[in-house]
Amino acid sequence: MATKDIPAQDTITDDELALTETIRVAVPERSVRHDLRAVSIVWRRELIRFRTDRLRAITSLVQPVLFLFVLGTGLSTLASHGLPAGVDFKTFIYPGVLAMSVLFTSIFSAASIVWDREFGFLREMLVAPVRRWAIVVGKCLGGATVATFQGIIFLALAGVAHVPYDPLLLLTLVGELLLLSFTLTAFGVMMAARIKQIQAFMALTQLFVLPLFFLSGALYPLNGLPAWLTVLTRIDPLTYIVDPMRSAVFSHLSVSPLAVHALSPGITWFGWVVPLGLSLALVAFMGAAMLAIAIAEFRKTE
Amino acid sequence: MAKAISVSALTKKYGEIDAVRGIDFEVAAGETFGFLGPNGAGKSTTIKILCTLADPTSGSARVAGHDVVRERDTVRRNIGLVFQDTTLDSYLTGEQNLRFHADLYGVPKAAFAPRLRQVLEMVGLWERRGSVVGTYSGGMQRRLEIARGLLHAPRVLFLDEPTVGLDPQTRVSIWDYINELKRREDITIFLTTHYMDEAENCDRIAIIDHGEIVAIDTPEALKASIGKDRVQISTADDQAAIRALDEVFGVDSGVHEGLVTFSVESGEHFVPRLFAGMPVAIRSVSVSRPSLDDVFMSYTGKTIRDAEASIGDRNRRIATRFGRR
Repeated sequence: MATKDIPAQDTITDDELALTETIRVAVPERSVRHDLRAVSIVWRRELIRFRTDRLRAITSLVQPVLFLFVLGTGLSTLASHGLPAGVDFKTFIYPGVLAMSVLFTSIFSAASIVWDREFGFLREMLVAPVRRWAIVVGKCLGGATVATFQGIIFLALAGVAHVPYDPLLLLTLVGELLLLSFTLTAFGVMMAARIKQIQAFMALTQLFVLPLFFLSGALYPLNGLPAWLTVLTRIDPLTYIVDPMRSAVFSHLSVSPLAVHALSPGITWFGWVVPLGLSLALVAFMGAAMLAIAIAEFRKTE
Repeated sequence: MAKAISVSALTKKYGEIDAVRGIDFEVAAGETFGFLGPNGAGKSTTIKILCTLADPTSGSARVAGHDVVRERDTVRRNIGLVFQDTTLDSYLTGEQNLRFHADLYGVPKAAFAPRLRQVLEMVGLWERRGSVVGTYSGGMQRRLEIARGLLHAPRVLFLDEPTVGLDPQTRVSIWDYINELKRREDITIFLTTHYMDEAENCDRIAIIDHGEIVAIDTPEALKASIGKDRVQISTADDQAAIRALDEVFGVDSGVHEGLVTFSVESGEHFVPRLFAGMPVAIRSVSVSRPSLDDVFMSYTGKTIRDAEASIGDRNRRIATRFGRR
C-alpha cells in the first residue's frame, strides 16, 4: 500500500471528496516511534477528560482544604504548646496535606481503567497494534499529570499556611508531587489490572488511602514515637515523600535550626538518618517496580 | 487471488465445552462473508480468534495473509473491528475518539484529516463530529464505530453482530452504510449475525450450529438447494381445497395465517395447473421463494429461534465460567 499525495483538509470540497477514491492510509510497521505516539495519545486522553470534568477537580480539593483549615486551625491552639514560637501548626501539616491532595486523584485516575473495562473502551486499546507498555505508561503519566495539576491548585494556598512562594521551593514541591503522583498511579494501575469491579476497587482504595496518610507522619513529627508506630511509619511508602517535602518547606522558613530539628528530624532507620536522595530514590524505585508489574499484568490479559 | 481469510481445522475449547469444533473455510478478497447462527453457536468465538483476541485450541487461521497467532501485530494492523458492545469513550467527541484510534494505529498524520472526513461523511456523522459521544443515539454510536473501524484502511473489516440491539429502522440504515462501504472501499467484510434478513446482504454465508459449519454457499444457492417454493392460496372453501390438493395433486397442505399453504417445486409452473384442476374457486395466489429461515430449518432441523432457546443453557454455563469480557 502506497500513500498518495493528500491535499490539505480545507482544499477538499464535498464534490471532490465524493469523486476521489478511498484515501489510502498505509499503516506503518510497528516502531518505537509508533509506541511513543500511543503513549502520548493515552496521556492526552486523560488530560482531555480531566479538563471536561471540572467537578472532579473541585471535589478532590475539599478533603485537603478541610484538613488544612478546619483540622489545622482547630488543633493549632492545642498544638501551639508543643510547637516552637513562630511556627504555625498549619505550616507544619501543610506538606503532608499537600501530599494528600494528590493521593485520591492519582488512584482514582487509575480507577478509570476499571471504568474503561466496564464500558468497553479498554478493549479498543488492547486490540491496537501497539505494545502494552505504551498504554500502561501513557495511563500512568496521564494520571500523574492530572494529579500534579490538582496539587498545584492546592499549592496556590501555600500563603495561607505561611509557606513562602519561593520559586525554588515551589519547583521542588512540584517535582516531588509529580514523583509521588506517578508512583501512586502506578500502584492504582497495578491494582486495576486485577480488580475488575469498580466497587471493589473503590473499597480497596478506601482501605489503603487513610492508613497510608495517617502513618506517613503528615500530621506529626517522626521522632519520639512509640516503637510500634515508629515501625509502621517506616514501612509506609508515603513517609518517604512527606519527609522530603517537609524538609523542603522548613529549609525555606526563617526558624531556628533547633526548631527545624524538632519538627523535621528526617527519617531514621535504627538511628541512621536516611538521606533525602535515598528517600526519593526509594519512592521512584517503588513506582518503577509497580509500573513493571502493571505492564506484566496487562500483557497477560487477552 | 489471495484469500483474505483462510481457516483450517480450527477448534476452541473452553474447559470441557467445545465452542468451535473443527471448522474450515476461505473468504476471497473483496467478499462480504456472513456467519449465520443462533447465539452461542460459536460465531463470536470464531471472530475472536480471527481478530487475535483468543488463541485457537488447535488448527490455524490466516487473515490478510498472516497467521493470527504467530503474526498477531501484523494481523491487527490489517483489520478493523466493530464489536457487539460499544467500545467508544462516551466522554470524548466523535472526532477525539477517531483521533485516539488513528494515533494507536499509527495512521500517518498527513492522511488523518482527509481520511477522518471521508469516513465520517460515509456514515453521515461529519456534522456531529464535535459532539460528545454520550449524546449520540445507539445507531449513531454504531455508525461511529464502523467509521473508526475503517479509519486505518484495514483490508478486512470484522463486524460482530453489527445491528444487534438497534431498532428495525436503524438496522436498515446501518446496512445502507455497509452496502455503501462495499461500493466505495476495496475491503473484505466478515460479519456475524443471527438475523436471517441481514444474511441476505452477504455474498456468501456459512450456517454455523453447535460449533460446526453445516452449510456454506451464496444465499441464492442455499435457498435453491431447498428446492421448494411456498404457495399460499385463499379459497371459497379451504377444507375442500385441502382435500382437492391431496387427491388431485398429491400435495400436503394446511391452513397458516388464514391461507391454505403448501410447498412445491417451481411454484410458478404449478400455479396454472392449480387453476385448471382445482374444483373450488381461488380468490388469490402468492408464490414465495424459500427464505434463509427455511434453509436454516432444513440444515439444522429447527428454526433459529428454537435453536436459541435450547442453546441458552449451554451459553449461560460458558458465561458464568468465563465471564463476558
